Amino acid sequence: MNNSLLVVVLASGVAYGTPLLYGALGELLAERSGVLNLGVEGMMLVGAVMGFWTVQRLHADTALSLAAAVGVAALAGMAMAAIHAFLVITLRASQIVSGLALTIFAGAAGLSSYLGNDLNLADNPARHAFNAAVFPSSMQGWPIVGPIIFGQNVLVYASWVCVVGVSLYLSRTRLGLNVRAVGEAPASADAMGINVTAYRYAHTLAGGAFAGVAGATFTLAITPQWVSGITGGAGWIAIALVIFAFWRPALCLVGAYFFGALQALSPQLQARGINLGPTELWANSLPYVMTVVVLVFVSASGARRRLGAPASLGLPYVREER
Amino acid sequence: MTVQSEKDRRGADGAPPPPAVEMRGIVKRFPGVLANDRVDFEAAAGEVHALLGENGAGKSTLSNILTGLYRPDAGEIFIDGEPVQFHSPRDALDARIFMVHQHFRLVEPFTVAENVVLGDHRGEGRTFRLRHRAIEQRVAELSKRYGLAVDPRARVWQLSLGEQQRVEILKALYREARILILDEPTAVLTPQEADVLFETLREMAAEGRTVVFISHKLHEVKAVADRVTVLRGGRSVATVSAADATLRSLASLMVGRELDSGQPARARTPGEPVLELTDVWSDADRGDSAVRGASLVVRGGEIVAVAGVAGNGQRELAETVAGMRRATRGKILVCGKAIRAGDPRSAIAAGVAYVPEDRLGTGVAPSLSIASNLALKGYRERSSSHGPLLRIGRIREHAVELIQRYSIAAPGPGAPARLLSGGNLQKVVLAREFSGKPRLLIAASPTRGLDVGAIETVHAYLREAAADGVGVLLISEDLDEILLLADRVAVMYEGAIVGETSREEADVEEIGLLMAGGQDPRAD
Repeated sequence: MNNSLLVVVLASGVAYGTPLLYGALGELLAERSGVLNLGVEGMMLVGAVMGFWTVQRLHADTALSLAAAVGVAALAGMAMAAIHAFLVITLRASQIVSGLALTIFAGAAGLSSYLGNDLNLADNPARHAFNAAVFPSSMQGWPIVGPIIFGQNVLVYASWVCVVGVSLYLSRTRLGLNVRAVGEAPASADAMGINVTAYRYAHTLAGGAFAGVAGATFTLAITPQWVSGITGGAGWIAIALVIFAFWRPALCLVGAYFFGALQALSPQLQARGINLGPTELWANSLPYVMTVVVLVFVSASGARRRLGAPASLGLPYVREER
Repeated sequence: MTVQSEKDRRGADGAPPPPAVEMRGIVKRFPGVLANDRVDFEAAAGEVHALLGENGAGKSTLSNILTGLYRPDAGEIFIDGEPVQFHSPRDALDARIFMVHQHFRLVEPFTVAENVVLGDHRGEGRTFRLRHRAIEQRVAELSKRYGLAVDPRARVWQLSLGEQQRVEILKALYREARILILDEPTAVLTPQEADVLFETLREMAAEGRTVVFISHKLHEVKAVADRVTVLRGGRSVATVSAADATLRSLASLMVGRELDSGQPARARTPGEPVLELTDVWSDADRGDSAVRGASLVVRGGEIVAVAGVAGNGQRELAETVAGMRRATRGKILVCGKAIRAGDPRSAIAAGVAYVPEDRLGTGVAPSLSIASNLALKGYRERSSSHGPLLRIGRIREHAVELIQRYSIAAPGPGAPARLLSGGNLQKVVLAREFSGKPRLLIAASPTRGLDVGAIETVHAYLREAAADGVGVLLISEDLDEILLLADRVAVMYEGAIVGETSREEADVEEIGLLMAGGQDPRAD
């Protein structure tokens, strides 16, 4: 039963969806504070390469190495996000231009590949990797839930904690209320004594950290090795996911696993000799097609408010102006 | 008007307590503007103190300084005699100073309760975890105690502007504000709602708070304030007791000279209908219909005013008649002929002139020269063009002539329109619209944001147009203006014309009731 197509696809969908989930959570935090970050892809790549580098160079036991690697990946993503934050919050540059520039700068033909080559990271398997041995193998053998829920690595479980954490943070805490106010109506937040700049910086940086961890998920858990451009556009799907999810963390999880499962589908179909036409074409392009459809729907119906887009998303805030 | 000595202010034994708030020698410059020039202001605990001045006199700047939004370039602020320095709005909030801005500072998707606790770090909202129940209960208590009826769980975007204002006042009460500043609070209210607001403000002052009431409407200031400080051109010119002041004395302090009290319009015999609207509907910018079955007739030579609280479809109605917005239903006849829906050119050809509410965005092209702006409507005529070629020389001559005739203060016909002040910009728009020899003139809030001198000029031009036989459709939220100018008053509520009266029979109370949809806010 656990070898049936559906269970296998769902189990690997969870694994493949995890970097999307981390990326989307980070983007969601930044966007809720009003900052659009199109640099997620670049931040993921830098996180991926720096996380991998840490694990290769640090001579410590597995747990420590991996923890340090995830930490370094988060810091690397944060450093990239700091550039974005400085450009768009302090200097009020265009958020779209800055984000695109960062992705190009750090992307497959840029910084991340340079670091990978310069540090000789390619063509070696990771010395340590996140494996699926969290729960005893008897539990992993349980029908259906075994592989899907108990057969995952620590990064997956950590992402669940993050979903719950971000969700509660936004809806139930004072800080979360403030963030939402900053993203919706920065002038109102400012008048109520909330430091708009500080909130935007903090959440953009947090978003970068999440993106860095998302990258490390590729090089430390999924592949696990370094290849130039390893994220393959996952950063872009993560950005689209935030819209799909109507800016809600729990829906990000659903969407991430859906896209992850699509990705797992075509190799599984091939392996089983099932022919559904050019699966690779439709399974891989579906996330992008759906993104376009949702974007058209969102902008055409004028229902942005009801869907939950922060009203001042993408707009810089200037106080002393007349 | 008394000047307190230094010793009094310091509150020596037996001396009266220092004023709740005192600002001395406040200077604030913006690029090219001296917004506050050594302004002095003081208000005592327990009084309603009005800050009176024309637009641009520096009232908003002064209050933004008091609330920590702007930093003054010079000057001192004392709260209860203690010098303070505000580095951010938070500092002012901590000193329990609260301002209700003209454009409300509310987060629309949030509930009333969430808006009230936003930024709070002392009361129910101080805990890391938000206790929605406790917060809502506290807000409900406050709204009950002060008679500010509003549901704590409602989302702000669902509320009317009057209700939103109550939320702002609740925010102040929740923070136990001792100094409450309201910037033009009656602009969004019907006269009845304004009376209710005045009662609330008096009550708050009676509790020992200081209420600073910013306005340029004399009778309101007289009705609600204990004392009045008048600002003019960025300076404080006088502080007087409201009881001793007359509307006339306040007006001359505010403007710096005696005013014509607006001669009552002569009776005219209206001519043929120039505009007939029958059951006109049109869409709002988003979603729903904004104009819902409006019917109205304007005759040549009369001024018909459309009164209403902002956002009841007046702007959309004006745009629909001007051909800028497509009517989804109904008939629009200009001089008996139907105009094509959503086609401004057909409206212009039929003789419609339009002075839009948004003068800088819709009224002119800000970066084009004044001459080009003046030619924007008539460029197709023989006098301005030969086929596809513009006759630049003629356009320029025409502009020089109009600049002179309308006494537009401009560096020259080639200067970009954006350099002009609001009043001169409006003159450019009026000059252009009149030179098209219109049959119908739509003026949407034509005096908003102008100073008193410019308002008089605009009013004079509107009267002149009517005297020439043009039908004028005036859309305004200012009842004083309407009663000054209009031959007939139509009231718009939720997209429809709900009542019409002639000026002679017009009754402010009744118009106010209609503006509120026929409901008296004091009834509940």
